[in-house]
Amino acid sequence: MQDSPAIVVKGLKKSYGDVEAVRGIDLEVARGEVFALLGPNGAGKTTTVEILEGHRTADAGEVRVLGHDPARRERALLERIGIVLQETGIEPFLTVEEAIDLYRGYYPHPRSTGEILRIVGLEEKASSRVNKLSGGQKRRLDVGIGLAGDPDLLFLDEPTTGFDPSARRNAWQVVKNLAALGKTIVLTTHYMDEAQNLADRVAIVVGGRIVAVGPPGLLGGTELEQTRITFSLPTGPEGPPALPDSLGAAASGSGWVIVTKDPVQVLHDLTGWALTEGIELVDLSVSKPSLEDVYLQLTGGVAGTES
Amino acid sequence: MSTPGLALRQVRYENKSFWRNPAAAYFTFAFPIVFLVIFNLLFGNAKLTLPGGHTVKQSTFYVAAIVAFSVITASFTNLAMNVVFAREQGVLKRKRGTPMPPLAYLAGKILHSGLIAFLLVAIITVFGKVFYGVSLAGNRIPAFLVSLAIGALAFSAMGLAITTVVPNADAAPAVVNAVILPLLFISDIFIPLTNAPKWLGTVGNVFPVRHFAEAMHQVFNPFAPGSGFQGRDLLVMGIWGLGALLVAAKFFRWEPSR
Repeated sequence: MQDSPAIVVKGLKKSYGDVEAVRGIDLEVARGEVFALLGPNGAGKTTTVEILEGHRTADAGEVRVLGHDPARRERALLERIGIVLQETGIEPFLTVEEAIDLYRGYYPHPRSTGEILRIVGLEEKASSRVNKLSGGQKRRLDVGIGLAGDPDLLFLDEPTTGFDPSARRNAWQVVKNLAALGKTIVLTTHYMDEAQNLADRVAIVVGGRIVAVGPPGLLGGTELEQTRITFSLPTGPEGPPALPDSLGAAASGSGWVIVTKDPVQVLHDLTGWALTEGIELVDLSVSKPSLEDVYLQLTGGVAGTES
Repeated sequence: MSTPGLALRQVRYENKSFWRNPAAAYFTFAFPIVFLVIFNLLFGNAKLTLPGGHTVKQSTFYVAAIVAFSVITASFTNLAMNVVFAREQGVLKRKRGTPMPPLAYLAGKILHSGLIAFLLVAIITVFGKVFYGVSLAGNRIPAFLVSLAIGALAFSAMGLAITTVVPNADAAPAVVNAVILPLLFISDIFIPLTNAPKWLGTVGNVFPVRHFAEAMHQVFNPFAPGSGFQGRDLLVMGIWGLGALLVAAKFFRWEPSR
């Protein structure tokens, strides 16, 4: 049982009216793994995790969370998961400590209030009213309440959206601390660097489908092995010179691009040709794609930007 | 923890939250008292002829009516608003993701609104005795308490039921007031129905507000015989309460819709 995956999803589909939010997702999350669903807004990430949490029901497909069907909302499952929704409220007139205590009371084996405050870094705010907290502090309390029952599996839906950079670093540290405790964590994000920093594996979700999945370092696979060589050619009186077909160059904007796995040979051929013909290679550059390029390519350039 | 234990815990936290919002707490209590004072200033000294031919000062009518109004305000109006706002803020959705049985949470809210209702009733009763000389006979106290309890439970159920037709918090005051205010006017609460057209009384009799008012008027009526129990009125309230409970159980929503 301990070796069985924390989450198994097969052929998951969900529509809202005419809109197909999730169009057939398969995924598996191992116990103790930090798994990120990365994708632009509206890709179907939140719908997917809300089905895993039991907040929505699937139209089709099979879903198992810690061996349970979450749609049945069994108490035995709810006692073992922690949910940090994208947008939620907390009783505004309670103090931070009281709010955590209130939620701890719902679980059979809660984590201590002091420990929760320490994990999310709210010790100094313990006796502040919830409605006096800043956005970032409130979000940390969200995570704290998600931890109230000492869950085996924690869902974090866009945990750092709207954070300033230092608040994001702090939040990442919280997630890393939790991962170090052996918790399984499923997080959604539209920030590349967040997925890259936190996740053992990342699934890129676009248009309700997973288009790539793997450890962040290997994601994009063959695309990452390719090198891009870009340059422009000066226009002479009789138009631009003809490039040898063997280089495999393609027109890109006003210049040319060559994508290759063998940059040394291609550069040798290209510069050799240019020297022989006496042609200048304007703005010659050689680059490896970053994970961000891969992501942008996979998502069709609609990735979220940092705000 | 058991469901009743969780419900009582919820009452404690509801109570903390309630008193920490002093403006809301103050006006919850001031509202019925202000109504009692204004109605009595306007009509309190008029004579009201009761069905048996006896006459009482209209202040007797208003103390009983505002007792019923207090329970309706706390258990119906305020409970419905409170639940709609909790839903709007996402508190309900968060609760639903925990292992706490939903019943425990809602029972906690109902019990707390009931506590506020009883506190209000106590204030109005004392106020009525001190300023208007309206007193409750000792043998009426059982009927008084039982009718209040049935009223609080029935109107709480209706408060939960109405949240199912309120789409979001912006719509809550409009919907809730549009339902309750007309009923308060045609149900012997704000105005005695002595000179009203007969059909209006018939319409009022369909709804539970009138029956709650009659139960209270009977308890405070010094000339009425017996213990003051109004079995038929309590039955109608109970039926409305059960119907509302079924509606709430079937259609209750944990997230706002837009």
